[in-house]
Amino acid sequence: MADPSKPVPAITPNMAEFFEGARQGQLLIQKCDQCGTLRFPAYELCSNCLSTRSHWAPVSGRGEIYSYNIMHHVYHPGFAAEVPYAVVVVELEEKCKFVSNLLGVKPHEIKIGMPVEVTFEKLSDEVTIPKFRPRTAR
Amino acid sequence: MSLRAKCAIAGLGQTRMGKNFDHSSAMGFAVDAVELALADAGLKRGDLDGLIVNPGVTWLDATMASFTMQQAMGLRDLRLSATMNIGGATAAGMIMHAAQSIAAGMAECVACVFADAPLKPPSPDKGKGGGSASAYGFARGLNAAYGLFGVNAAYAFVARRHMHLYGTTGEQLGAIAVAQRQWANMNPDAQFYDSPMSMADYHASRWVVEPFHLYDCCLVSNGGLAVIVTSAERAKDLRRPPVYILGMAQGHPGGDPMDTLISGAPIAKETAFKMAGIELKDVDFAELYDCYTFTVLVTLEDYGFCKKGEGGPFVADGRTGPMGSLPVNTGGGQLSSFYMWGMTPVSEGVIQVRGDGERRQVAKHDIGLISGNGGILSTHSTLVLGANP
Repeated sequence: MADPSKPVPAITPNMAEFFEGARQGQLLIQKCDQCGTLRFPAYELCSNCLSTRSHWAPVSGRGEIYSYNIMHHVYHPGFAAEVPYAVVVVELEEKCKFVSNLLGVKPHEIKIGMPVEVTFEKLSDEVTIPKFRPRTAR
Repeated sequence: MSLRAKCAIAGLGQTRMGKNFDHSSAMGFAVDAVELALADAGLKRGDLDGLIVNPGVTWLDATMASFTMQQAMGLRDLRLSATMNIGGATAAGMIMHAAQSIAAGMAECVACVFADAPLKPPSPDKGKGGGSASAYGFARGLNAAYGLFGVNAAYAFVARRHMHLYGTTGEQLGAIAVAQRQWANMNPDAQFYDSPMSMADYHASRWVVEPFHLYDCCLVSNGGLAVIVTSAERAKDLRRPPVYILGMAQGHPGGDPMDTLISGAPIAKETAFKMAGIELKDVDFAELYDCYTFTVLVTLEDYGFCKKGEGGPFVADGRTGPMGSLPVNTGGGQLSSFYMWGMTPVSEGVIQVRGDGERRQVAKHDIGLISGNGGILSTHSTLVLGANP
């Protein structure tokens, strides 16, 4: 029997550019053409100005931990070996929030405000996803 | 035109809650609940001219649930029908929709009902029955790849921010859980009636998603709960003492609850309290939506029982328990009694105002404050219920 693996996100048309960016090691966030507000994940319209025009903009990849949780319940067999594990909310420098995992830090050592930077994890030939690691703030 | 005390809750119908497998679908429990509520009021099915339904997560084809249920019950000539969903805020929302319609002369006798059947009976093949994770542990796309599953996980982000900003502690969340279990231990209908819980028990309970232990999270229940709303005049002629609807309002702040850490209670309070003509000091007891201990804490702050951020110290010494000065969730709430979304606090509010609380009856029960909350501090509804018009 095959080992259960973690879910690999499907590349939907509205997120295609995001995943292509990630595959190339670049974090892209959807940016409103009209007012410049960032939003993630992709959405049809801007909640600030209601424009439906947007593009995928590169961001620095730097941010801080804004919040986190520590998952104990096994909701998916792919995570059975990892519980307890943390899911973090990163507030990017550009003031957009991004849900992800923080590599290299034990869940109970995570602190709100920790500086982090993006890295990338290849899940398959098609799919790479952003994750974060601690950053030495300079 | 003031709506204060124009309408009343005249009937309450509550099925057995929890691992109730009397029906395989939510509709069965919904029908039972409405029948029980009608009997409580001394009414019959034919007396209804309005039906409002809040479908739970397991309703099949929930889109026009109120019509489906009308047909299931053989109801004819309704003047009001609505299928509503603002999460846990819906129960009070249904009641206020009914009350407004009755006050406007558009209906006279309206049933409002919530029912759900997320628990499956244990099967010989699969062993244990399906628990709440299968109903509430949904995952979306990229979040699933990061291991973010279900609403507990998202709510936990908000609680963690409150702890970071205000110093709220796990011990303080535990105080809410312990207080509510004490109430439940006096309520024979509560799922945890027979299970006392100390603070040590609370801390020892397994983590679900930190900062939430098992006992920070609401139960899961099969069952149905309905109320009958009529005009105040009609209610006086019926079987039970009227529970007057003195004030009602909603509040939905929008934005990101992780940023604001606020519910819709401040918005709703202004309208509801003005309608009822009350101040906070007039509230004898509160039934506050408690999908999590944390939700109760935030709601107490947001109604102004204490300052924003001071909910932790406010609850820390058992203030909301049977020995405390502000009775909250006097049946045990969704944490210790049963989870019928917003109908849990509504039902206990009706019981207390009527004086039916028996061992858990609050001594002074003229004015009850009832809250509903949906999503993650997303939607909110307030009712002020009273024993006197």
